[in-house]
Amino acid sequence: MSPEGINNIKRRNITNTVFHGLLFLSTLIGIMFLIVLIAQILIKGLGWLDWDFITNFPSRFPKKAGIKSALVGTIWVISFTALFSFPLGVGTAIYLEEYSKKSWYNRLLQINISNLAGVPSIVYGMLGLAVFVKLFNFERSILSASLTLTLLILPVIIVASQEALKSVPNSLKEGSYALGMSKWQTITGVVLPFALPGILTGTILALSRAIGEAAPLIMVGAFGYVAFLPKGPMDYFTTLPIQIFNWTSRPQSEFQNIAAAGIIVLLILLLSANAVAIILRNKYQKRI
Amino acid sequence: MASYIKVENLDFFYGDFQALHNINLEIEPKKITALIGPSGCGKSTFIRTLNRMNDLIDGTRVHGKIILDGKSILKNEIDVVELRKRVGMVFQKPNPFPKSIYENVIYGPKRHGIRNKSQLDQLVEQSLKNVALWDEVKDRLNESALALSGGQQQRLCIARSLAMKPDVLLMDEPTSALDPISTLRIEELVQQLKEQYTIVIVTHNMQQAARISDITAFFLNGELIEYGQTEYIFTKPCDQRTEDYITGRFG
Repeated sequence: MSPEGINNIKRRNITNTVFHGLLFLSTLIGIMFLIVLIAQILIKGLGWLDWDFITNFPSRFPKKAGIKSALVGTIWVISFTALFSFPLGVGTAIYLEEYSKKSWYNRLLQINISNLAGVPSIVYGMLGLAVFVKLFNFERSILSASLTLTLLILPVIIVASQEALKSVPNSLKEGSYALGMSKWQTITGVVLPFALPGILTGTILALSRAIGEAAPLIMVGAFGYVAFLPKGPMDYFTTLPIQIFNWTSRPQSEFQNIAAAGIIVLLILLLSANAVAIILRNKYQKRI
Repeated sequence: MASYIKVENLDFFYGDFQALHNINLEIEPKKITALIGPSGCGKSTFIRTLNRMNDLIDGTRVHGKIILDGKSILKNEIDVVELRKRVGMVFQKPNPFPKSIYENVIYGPKRHGIRNKSQLDQLVEQSLKNVALWDEVKDRLNESALALSGGQQQRLCIARSLAMKPDVLLMDEPTSALDPISTLRIEELVQQLKEQYTIVIVTHNMQQAARISDITAFFLNGELIEYGQTEYIFTKPCDQRTEDYITGRFG
């Protein structure tokens, strides 16, 4: 081998090492900020986190303040959001993947759905305010908030479900059709059972995004101070991110700390949602 | 009841590409008809026109007639669900559903309206016995079908088709993904099944065609070159191209 060749190998090895280091560094920066952030929140908030914090309504006095109404509000809003978004999203995905023909109109729909996934959430908030709060007269209710969040996460659920449906092997579908099954029987018989883990994972991740949203709910009119529990979908409400946002905008430093405690609760909620997604996926995958 | 199929002037297109040219063929009941020919000759396309599986592919067109027991099956008003109930199909790669063995066999019958548990149980036993799989799996009917070996999976797929009580069984290279012993078992099985069914089998393996079929049809470049009694096709073919193919000069 010529000397130039050997030099070349050395240079390539150096380049490789340099980029290896740079890529590791960029990973490290992201993780470091995350760790610092979480550490700061834990330091500030952990001391304020106790059972009273969960079971008390918000208060002017930091020592008495709690997240009862925000936690219950979040559960109400997310339950309704799931109720609306899951059937709509999965239904749309089934239509696009299994029923609609490949045409310009289908492609247009597809592009629009992908674009909608990138629209800032505040825009959905304005839409929710105009349509659900004003036009439909649902007012500043749990229903308005859920419908707004449904619109927000619908594109994500549709795209994730489409991917799951695409992953169903063609041989399974053919096997079903060859037994004289209609399209709908094939969808319920082999397509959905196979795609369900992927669809559930996508849906839960989308819902956990909705749990963390504050901006659109502020537009729709969530309240910063709610000292009662909602009794139905038409009631006023607040949610965890709104409550946290409200506390962080107060001047007293104690409120900063209970905001941190609220963030911890929110994080626990989000992580458990993701854990459920993983458990569901594993459970259904094992069955296959 | 085994069916009689008559194919008249069949042309088939994928978009602009013509995959089948003017096919004329008669498929007799209670006989095994083997379709042979090199890759891409149209034999798989042809077998998939017999239960209209090609309807599932966008941009395909078909001209001509296929008559199943006196009824033309390519007409639009024909119910393909009903047709595929009568014309079962087994694929190249075993494709059991990711369900239990039991669920695989009753998948079709249950959705065609048989709900009676003892009737379904009986159907499972009978179908699995038909494919000589019963003794191997009777103690684990509720286990996943994916745990079976390739050959067992393919026999399960055949049992799944038989549970629909079809008249015709189409087999698209059913043994190409299997080892020699599993292949042998499927071949024996097919020979038994011809007592009751009309069987059409696509095969790449000429020895297989010679071993098991009664009638052989040779396809080349989308045309049916010749067909007739298997022993004649393999000993005294009329067409030079058939002879070249079966003697291994190409393909």
